[in-house]
Amino acid sequence: MLAGTIYISFLGAAGLLLLPKGSVAAARILALLTAIAGFSLALTSFVHHRSGELFTVTRVPWIPTLGIEYHLAADGISLTMILLTGIIAITGILFSWNIVERTKEFFAFYLLLIGAVYGVFLSYDLFLLFVFYEIVIIPKYFLIAIWGSTRREYGAMKLAIYSFVGSTMVLIGLIAAYVVAGSKTTSLVDLAQYPFSLHFQMLAFPLVFVGFAILAGLWPFHTWAPTGHVAAPTAASMLLAGVVMKLGAYGCLRVAMTLFPLGLGPWGFHVLGLASWRDVFALLAVIGIIYGALVALVQKDFKFVIGYSSVSHMGFILLGLMTLNQIGLTGAVLQMLSHGLLAGLMFAVVGRMVYARTHTRELAILGPMNLWNIIPFAAVTFIIAGMASMGLPGFSGFWAELMILIGVWRSYPAYALCVGFGIIIGVVYIWRAMLKAFFAETGVKLTPPQPSLPPITLPERLGAIILIGASIFVGVCPQVFQNIIIPAFNSPLFEGLRKGSWQ
Amino acid sequence: MTTINYAQLLRLALPEVIVVATALLVMATDLLVLRRCQTRVRFAVAAGLASLGCAGAIVRIFFAPEVANILDGILIANPLIHLVQTALLLLTIFAILISVDSTFTEHVGEFILLILIATAGMMFLVGTQDLLVIFISLELLSLSLYILAAFNKRSAQSWEAALKYFLFGGMSAAFLLFGFSLLYGLSNSTSLPQIAAAIHGPSLNPLLVIAIVTTAIGLGFKVAAVPFHFWAPDVYQEAPAPSAAFIASGSKVASFFIFFQIMTLGFAGAAGTAAFTHLVRGWVPVLALMAAASMLLGNLVAIAQTSLRRLLAYSAIAHAGYMLLAIVAHTQQSLTALIYYVVTYALATVGAFAVISVVEEQTGSDDLSNFNGICRQAPVLSFCLAIFILSLAGIPPLAGFFGKFFLFVTVLGAAPGSMNLLWLIVLALAMSAVSLYYYLRILKRVYVAPLAADAKEIHPPIITQFLLLVLAAAVVVLGCDPQLFLQHITTAIQSSIL
Amino acid sequence: MTNFPWITALTLLPVAGALVVLVLGERNKNLSRWTALAFSFLALALTLILWHSFDKTSGTLQFQEWHNWVPAFGIQYHVGIDGLGLLVLLLTSIVVPIGMAASSQIQERTSLYYSLILLLQSCLFGTFTALNFFHWFLFWELSLIPAFFLIKVWGGPRSTKAATQFLVYTMVGGVGLLLSFLAIFLATHKSDFIDLAALAQSGQLMPAVIDKLAWHHVTPQHLALLLFAGAFLGFAVKVPVFPFHTWLPAAYSEAPTGTTILLTGAMSKMGLYGFLRILLPIFWPQMQLVLTPLLWLSVATIVFSAYAALAQKDLKKIFAYSSINHLGYCLLAIFAVVKFTGADASLTAEKYAAMNGVFLQMFNHALTASTLFWFVALLEKRSGGLRGINDFGGLRKVVPVFAGLMGIALFSSLGLPGLNGFIGEFLIFKGTFPLTTWASSLAVLGLLVSALFILGIIQRVFSGPLNDKWLSLPDLSTGERVALVPAIGLMFALGLYPQLILAFVNTTAIQMVQHLKF
Repeated sequence: MLAGTIYISFLGAAGLLLLPKGSVAAARILALLTAIAGFSLALTSFVHHRSGELFTVTRVPWIPTLGIEYHLAADGISLTMILLTGIIAITGILFSWNIVERTKEFFAFYLLLIGAVYGVFLSYDLFLLFVFYEIVIIPKYFLIAIWGSTRREYGAMKLAIYSFVGSTMVLIGLIAAYVVAGSKTTSLVDLAQYPFSLHFQMLAFPLVFVGFAILAGLWPFHTWAPTGHVAAPTAASMLLAGVVMKLGAYGCLRVAMTLFPLGLGPWGFHVLGLASWRDVFALLAVIGIIYGALVALVQKDFKFVIGYSSVSHMGFILLGLMTLNQIGLTGAVLQMLSHGLLAGLMFAVVGRMVYARTHTRELAILGPMNLWNIIPFAAVTFIIAGMASMGLPGFSGFWAELMILIGVWRSYPAYALCVGFGIIIGVVYIWRAMLKAFFAETGVKLTPPQPSLPPITLPERLGAIILIGASIFVGVCPQVFQNIIIPAFNSPLFEGLRKGSWQ
Repeated sequence: MTTINYAQLLRLALPEVIVVATALLVMATDLLVLRRCQTRVRFAVAAGLASLGCAGAIVRIFFAPEVANILDGILIANPLIHLVQTALLLLTIFAILISVDSTFTEHVGEFILLILIATAGMMFLVGTQDLLVIFISLELLSLSLYILAAFNKRSAQSWEAALKYFLFGGMSAAFLLFGFSLLYGLSNSTSLPQIAAAIHGPSLNPLLVIAIVTTAIGLGFKVAAVPFHFWAPDVYQEAPAPSAAFIASGSKVASFFIFFQIMTLGFAGAAGTAAFTHLVRGWVPVLALMAAASMLLGNLVAIAQTSLRRLLAYSAIAHAGYMLLAIVAHTQQSLTALIYYVVTYALATVGAFAVISVVEEQTGSDDLSNFNGICRQAPVLSFCLAIFILSLAGIPPLAGFFGKFFLFVTVLGAAPGSMNLLWLIVLALAMSAVSLYYYLRILKRVYVAPLAADAKEIHPPIITQFLLLVLAAAVVVLGCDPQLFLQHITTAIQSSIL
Repeated sequence: MTNFPWITALTLLPVAGALVVLVLGERNKNLSRWTALAFSFLALALTLILWHSFDKTSGTLQFQEWHNWVPAFGIQYHVGIDGLGLLVLLLTSIVVPIGMAASSQIQERTSLYYSLILLLQSCLFGTFTALNFFHWFLFWELSLIPAFFLIKVWGGPRSTKAATQFLVYTMVGGVGLLLSFLAIFLATHKSDFIDLAALAQSGQLMPAVIDKLAWHHVTPQHLALLLFAGAFLGFAVKVPVFPFHTWLPAAYSEAPTGTTILLTGAMSKMGLYGFLRILLPIFWPQMQLVLTPLLWLSVATIVFSAYAALAQKDLKKIFAYSSINHLGYCLLAIFAVVKFTGADASLTAEKYAAMNGVFLQMFNHALTASTLFWFVALLEKRSGGLRGINDFGGLRKVVPVFAGLMGIALFSSLGLPGLNGFIGEFLIFKGTFPLTTWASSLAVLGLLVSALFILGIIQRVFSGPLNDKWLSLPDLSTGERVALVPAIGLMFALGLYPQLILAFVNTTAIQMVQHLKF
């Protein structure tokens, strides 16, 4: 039944293409209904499978000549990610209600992207996972190139090439693993249990990990992210930062770390104080956290602030993955969920509520516009989103960052300070952006006659409320997710990881 | 002297006979009956007849398959060869259908005749393991292709390209023949298995080395591998669309198949390895170098192209590089992968050329700027073009992706336990990533760029739209369920004693 | 009675109110104001119900609620109140309506203003009833947001700077708190205040921490002091303790007066509550170690703020410093109580007195300070925003009722016997004098100087020559008089019959002191 999320999205995309030209309203409604249908399926499955154990959705032979199966399955981690995708799908469509040019093509590409993302999270066969992972690239390209804003064609191409290079690296690793294991099967569980030689794992792990981590925005491969996010239209930015970057992190966890757990072990020699790939990636993640935060602090363009903030928050996730203890890993998955929601919300405010109305993203120009008085809903939404992304208790970010902090403290105590530093800078840049964008600095309360901007529409309000509500729900009831994520780490899939470097 | 049973020969060669007969029939019909009609009508009728003939040949192959080996490889029929011949005939039909609405020549009958003769040549080419027959069929194919390339008499560049093709081709044919004669000298036989038995030895005879190199030259020319590729960009650009489609698809399939046969059957003992660390002399390193060079040059130069046809030519060079990897691996699995890859590649290429023929005809040239925003004018056309381009780029779930995946898996798994050819795979995948750039640029023009204010209208003819949909559907289906095709190839290979 | 989740209901009631007010929207300014007031009275009523059913004789926590919140960490949602909790709930419920009543000149974005106040009230209720660190911290941090916006958006000309300073100081303090308690949580896997207090009492807390968190060159004692310092910082900023008080005068004077009432009446009590509920039961051994510096800090708070108040010209700034001064007495008492006295029974009795004095002073200060600022608001409304003491003069002749009532409040702040301010300060000094004679002697200076500036206000604002422009200053309207009467009446009531409060806080005070084992 969960596979329906994929099929419905693809069918919705096909249906949209068949609509007559210029049918804007019908396209929106069809897209929204499709997204809601997908989310309902996800939610139903979530409610049915509260214990977080792995359950198979479909498993049929696909290409027996190569031992490839069409194997869809889900555990707690997948369910969390699928819920996130569903929510972002719905809210992304709500925030794109104002697109009137080539509307049905926009939503068709959007649904295609959503369907492929569902597919990645549900795949338990490596070939199938890779197929869905690659399918993501093309609709992403078109969404940005056609409906984007600043330097959209350049941004789209950069994004596509970076993603493709990353996935090529993953493909090399996958093909090598498949061949070395006897060219018999591409099933994730079987290959995870295959005893690859230490030498092989030491080479394959960084290759596949970096391949996925490029999409996750690991420093220094993150440079596509700010350009791409700024160039993309709102819904695409929400998807990109909210979900697609999480695909990379998910791939790191689900594929790289399970197939080649020995690759995380010590090399036996030291280079600049680093003794294993784990140390290297942890360091890169920490650099990403701090670099992203510091660069966000000095940006003049509102959307760039959020873009770099995404890079910083993804650093948290990758660092959490490298802690290799249960609390850090759980925190990383929870942060995937939390940041997905909040990044989506912030891009929605910046892109849809502010930019679509004011046609500028320069903080210096936005400030004097006194937006707090004209579109207070946008200001309040951004304030709440900012608080949440800072890690304020009561929202989803608090628990995620707390767990990652504790996990980091146990594995890399020195980095815990950097994480704390990153959190503090996070507070500062969000605060700065918020004050500069929404609150005029002169403190003038009675404003001169302002150019009137269109009020915040109902779909925007709905979208904002859904996202805020979701973040509060995760913040107040984190155990709902912790209860399904933690058992997932006890499954046989992560056995190699547990035996190797668990703490 | 063994006696030849002519009746058996005729039965075996019946598909080819049908094709030739169709050719003559078309010629006759055109010369005698249709002289007064419009070119379009003549093309339509001729194409229809030709397609029927090819279909008939397919039916013959399908329903009365024979397995035989006449005179030690002069003419062979087995399931694998039948499969390849069927593919060739299908591709011919598709290429001919492109010509249905064209007006580039008055000599309709001659055109179709030449295509069919070339097809017959290809069918003989794949159905033999004898050097002489290989050469004759190859020449039959090549000569027809030279003329087909020159068919647009109104364009000076067209016959310049064809002249280049002819001169180049003649040279490489000479090299090939020279190599063949050396092989004959070394083994006293023109049959591939016997040659292999004869040249088997601990070290490489210098004459054998020369034979390897010249054979590689000759066949490398046919498949447009670097450094024998110089004819390809011009021919792809200037030949009339149906000819170019035909050259790019069917002839590729046949050439690669026979390339594989010659190298693995004929030079079986002299293979050598192309492992990165320890190179063993033989034909494998030679081909590996050719493959690497083709992948590099094809992809890198394609980035700079502004004409879609030329871009496709360089991309063809790049794909030839990938396909050569299958020959470098020389296992049964890699033959399966090669056949799958080259057939799906040919389907996508025919489709691309069909689109090009429509756009050229109606906007004047195939320059990439003419493709700006045509998704608005001709959505079906654009969608099919997108499918073909993405398949060439290797994006799942299209056939091109699975072809690449399967190819690379078999190449890497060729020597179990070792990662000899990993460097080639890495190079191939890296270049594949580069290729996404120029393929996406095409789609950018089609989907993203705004329509020019003075853009001419595009009305693709019904037959072309139908053809495009069939091809696109084939590419998608073969991508989503490759097993459909794979199982046929696998059983065919297994039941043919190679 | 005991099964109904009174406390959770009380905490959520203002949130519901905030939503209702928001929905009512901008169109009905008056309606949102009255609705907000209605909700705050509802909360008051609920609190009074709690007061009524509170068992005065038992010192244990009442109305407790437990829910499993994050089982993965063993964190529970645990709320409950004892005498102290009830006290601060009561004072919050009284201060909020006063704050709303004093906000009549807010004309812009009225519904948002009132809903923010209600949200703040909810956060306050949450902080004052939470017994597990995590949701206590949640409310502690969340309360900053409405406060920030209340100050910034509706405040005076330099409100952004004041609000930002307020936020930054409190957040930094919050970080210190978080780090300390995280360390404790990692070491003991406990985050419930009651559990931690029990651990501390049995002497097991610090050894457990040191055991788990041994850090390179830090001795066990220093580690414990470090953790104490983190927690202390969080609360010291809130009370505030000298020298962490610099945010307060700016924030209090720039904020709209209604918000200032909330800040001084309720939010400052968060700091003191933190000292009493969290710092004292868990960290008292550390406090003993650094008792003398702490006493110096409290004396400095008392004396310097009094002198600073003397030098001010803006009424709000005077009262701001006066707030610091009054709460300084509470600090003095709390620190004095920690002093090691062995088994000396009389000194223990003094400790009880001091503790009772702290509770009483908290309540009285809340009442008095809120009422004083309310008067300032009324004055501002009439004078068009002016509130310097040199702007007025001889108002006694023009607005006698106003002058009279404000005079009562001022004398209460001074500590005149018969009004509520006296008892609290008396008990504090009675308790601390035997315990820390030098500190309380020095603190008397503060008393003297407060008398000076309060009398100064009376003299300069109400007596003296009348400025002509105030000739037509309107006196208190009937509605305002009716509104003020309960507050003034309560001042008298508590002054004459402090048992009202002492009855239910005495047991808790005794228990708190007894908890501190020596």
